[in-house]
Amino acid sequence: MNRASRDGRRAVLDSVRAALAGGERTSAESIPREYRRQRPVESPAELFRERVADYRAEVRAADSAGAPEAVLRALEHAAAGRVVLPEGLPATWAEPLAERYETFDDRPPLPTATLEGVDAVVTTCTVAIASTGTIVLDHGPGQGRRALTLLPDTHVCLVPASRIVDDVPAALAALDPGRPMTFVSGPSATSDIELERVEGVHGPRDLHVVVVDDA
Amino acid sequence: MSGVDLGMPSFPDAARQAVRDAQLRHNLGNATNTIRNKRAAVVGELDDWEQLRASGAAIKAHTLSNLDSYLEQFESAVTAAGGTVHWARDAAEANRIVTELVRETGETEAVKVKSMATQEIGLNEALASAGISAWETDLAELIVQLDEDRPSHILVPAIHRNRSEIREIFRREMAGSGTPAPADLTDDPVQLAEAARHHLRDKFLRARVAISGANFAVAETGGLVVVESEGNGRMCLTMPEHLISVVGIEKVVPSWRDLEVFLQLLPRSSTGERMNPYTSVLSGVTAGDGPSDFHVVLLDNGRSEALADEIGSQALRCIRCSACLNVCPVYERTGGHAYGSVYPGPIGAVLTPQLYGVESEDTASLPYASTLCGACYDVCPVAIEIPELLVHLRNRTVRERKGWFDRLTRTAMRAMGWVFGDSGRLARAQRVASLGGRLFGRRGIGRLPWPLSRWTDARDAPTPPAESFRQWWERTRTNDEDGR
Ligand code: SF4
Repeated sequence: MNRASRDGRRAVLDSVRAALAGGERTSAESIPREYRRQRPVESPAELFRERVADYRAEVRAADSAGAPEAVLRALEHAAAGRVVLPEGLPATWAEPLAERYETFDDRPPLPTATLEGVDAVVTTCTVAIASTGTIVLDHGPGQGRRALTLLPDTHVCLVPASRIVDDVPAALAALDPGRPMTFVSGPSATSDIELERVEGVHGPRDLHVVVVDDA
Repeated sequence: MSGVDLGMPSFPDAARQAVRDAQLRHNLGNATNTIRNKRAAVVGELDDWEQLRASGAAIKAHTLSNLDSYLEQFESAVTAAGGTVHWARDAAEANRIVTELVRETGETEAVKVKSMATQEIGLNEALASAGISAWETDLAELIVQLDEDRPSHILVPAIHRNRSEIREIFRREMAGSGTPAPADLTDDPVQLAEAARHHLRDKFLRARVAISGANFAVAETGGLVVVESEGNGRMCLTMPEHLISVVGIEKVVPSWRDLEVFLQLLPRSSTGERMNPYTSVLSGVTAGDGPSDFHVVLLDNGRSEALADEIGSQALRCIRCSACLNVCPVYERTGGHAYGSVYPGPIGAVLTPQLYGVESEDTASLPYASTLCGACYDVCPVAIEIPELLVHLRNRTVRERKGWFDRLTRTAMRAMGWVFGDSGRLARAQRVASLGGRLFGRRGIGRLPWPLSRWTDARDAPTPPAESFRQWWERTRTNDEDGR
């Protein structure tokens, strides 16, 4: 740390301490937490499907055997031709795709220019939130680095029903805070022009969600 | 004091212009009304909203009361995760640090995520004078930047523009800073968004430096949280090699778990959605994914001074959801520009004078830009008592700017000025206002006491009823009882 930034650090902290001097410092234990940490619902998968559809995502439900077919139908719907597959996507999902589409593996990492020319990406997720219709990627196996779900126009996400939790608190508890994360609720959208909602400003235009009954 | 020249007209002058602008009033009325209704619907879905709100307020208050130690904890966590923390006392220092960091990369351009902190310090202008182009990438911010305009709302900064104006701006200005707008561009929002996508995609993929703010900074993990809709935030946080985040020191929350409260409060209060399209969390650097070089600039710029004010420090809890703007009757009529600050609306009226001081008339007049109706407090997800703060700051203005206030009280309506300035009680204010209406006996009040007069000069303040609701209630109920 150079001299100037050391000075800045001391000055800001001194000034904060001076402001707090004599005031009461509360303890974290005194924070009331009477809100619901759980929001039990009969079928989280059903609520999730409903809520994610509210964001104009395309939703499909499938059992394990039918999941590859559902992904194919999602890609057809999006008229995708070139598909990138993240490292660690289960072979049962990846292989049927490779037969029908021009697929790209991200190992070694694809150059940005190649990724730009890809139409779709197929991933799974770490956890999904029923009450808000959100999928969360921590970019681990089967989810790819962040750019993979950002540059292609279509994102197909396989959501195992067992990973759907009722609400935000349960989702955060299931995540590793040290990892990079992306919470996704529908396709990218803007309402900046006269409040009219338009999908696909900078991120994916289409979000397809396949809820896989893996019980 | 920040030393930044706001360079904007004071509230009363700007408000006078704004209320004459029919387009602005129409757009604003629509926007605030729509967002208000959406918000009410999704808030209504949660039967524990008040408990979430109480918790959100308490977490923020607790953090502020231990801010020094949480800042230090945040710094260590970021450092451990491979990032570097810098501390900036004021705007000039923050701008210097960011400029240096960009220079070290050898680059002369950077992409930017919408950030109020960087607007507050005038970062774009500072970078420009150092020969660095900073491109705004949020669609609304892009519109504002291309037209060399100013944002007018926290959430929808270009709400004062309509689609045909936006088309003109794109056609006229895009070519000057990159990919031009297509020649056959219409004013269809889908096409306009598409033009912005093309214009910016090129910048995202080319830029090696990104500048962002953050909605939350988690002390425990060193994580920064960026909440957005368009994906431009994700682009900036993911594609360039160098990331510089300018974060106000009040953005710290203690633990990862605290986000379970704020990720419920913020989207519902802000855009009226159960969740916003994208939220990114990043802690330091991750090999093979995202930036390899990460800097956080912790910004004071008047915040520690505001912290010293027992009542005023509440404003530092603000999570910039903009719900208070959307319910404020004054904001709805004047728009954000009138506040002459990057923080408009009720929160701007209490935050700006604290960050910038009340030495200038620009900031000193802000606490008067309110009817003290209390709607802002009702919607605030962290329960900031904005009306109480307004009154508190009015008193401070009177104390610190004695000469200024003496001039103001020379007006004939001095008595009313004191009531508006000091009482903070709507009932009392209403009673006095109705007296004013009767005194002048016209369609409108015409003139409220200075400095409110400078606001009412520009509008027909409806004559308050000859009696307030409360007076009417008391009278009719009494009559009723008499009649029995
Ligand atoms: S003061 Fe409250 S309502 Fe207004 S922007 Fe801040 S958090 Fe939102």
